[in-house]
Amino acid sequence: MVAKRFPIEAGHIMMFARSVGDDNPIYYDADYAQTTEAGSVIAPPTFPQSSAQFDPDYFLRPKIGQPWFGSGKTPTGVQRAAGGGGGGGGGGLHAEQHFEYHRHLKPGDVLTATVKPGKTWEKEGRRSGKLIFSESITEYRDQNGELVITARGVGVRTERPVDQPAQKSETAEA
Amino acid sequence: MALKASQLKVGETHTARIVEDLKRTQIVQYAGASGDYNPLHTDEVFTTKVAGYPSVFAHGMLTMGMTGKMLTDYVGDARLTKYGVRFTSQVWPGDTLEATATVKAIDGDRVELDVSTRNQAGVEVLSGYAEARIDP
Repeated sequence: MVAKRFPIEAGHIMMFARSVGDDNPIYYDADYAQTTEAGSVIAPPTFPQSSAQFDPDYFLRPKIGQPWFGSGKTPTGVQRAAGGGGGGGGGGLHAEQHFEYHRHLKPGDVLTATVKPGKTWEKEGRRSGKLIFSESITEYRDQNGELVITARGVGVRTERPVDQPAQKSETAEA
Repeated sequence: MALKASQLKVGETHTARIVEDLKRTQIVQYAGASGDYNPLHTDEVFTTKVAGYPSVFAHGMLTMGMTGKMLTDYVGDARLTKYGVRFTSQVWPGDTLEATATVKAIDGDRVELDVSTRNQAGVEVLSGYAEARIDP
């Protein structure tokens, strides 16, 4: 995902923290946060993923006037994308995610993201047929041009949906 | 609240229950906050009839986010320097998850942790690592 401009906003941090079940006041109470080592509200560790909100073309968000593959009158609003994908046309599943924090994000930061493609590889999976992995590296820089977060994601496309029930793990979701 | 090198031991663990009986609504909440509206996570009709799964399931990043609370509660706020995971099994509505950090190494002002999250059946759903800044 590419967010040309990813403004870090207090309300967004609060909603994100709630959604992951984290009620730590460092994520919403500026007065409390001032008294801590962090010195201000900060963002939770996986917050950079929500830069998708600021990617105008993010493909997993419905766009006004465009077909959407989720259900409405019919179970899907578009014909199934060719080539499987295992995720039902959603572009596959999330296999890995890695973050390096050079510093933690706070409200008022304005990030820019640069995405570099990484490796791709294949593997035969027991529960979902052939797996095709692809990696991408996103560097987030702040308003001063400093590198603040390095994120590495690995996506996987499967030949068919992952077999259930999940007894032993191999690869799955996202 | 930060960890102290002088009080940490390799092999020491910290475990927290990060969700009990995961609700579909929480998955919807995460979709809204993160911006990932993939219908696989929120649209039961699409997910069962088109994608071929038994029900909607959680974003991997929701599990990573909830596991992150266990980590930051343990190492302290703004102390993480690295956090990475593999999603090893799907997480479904109704699941109860426990996340564990295990001290792998202590090196000066850094601690390296192994991270693992398991469901109520003992199946590992997330496997990873973290590194944090610690006090002397």
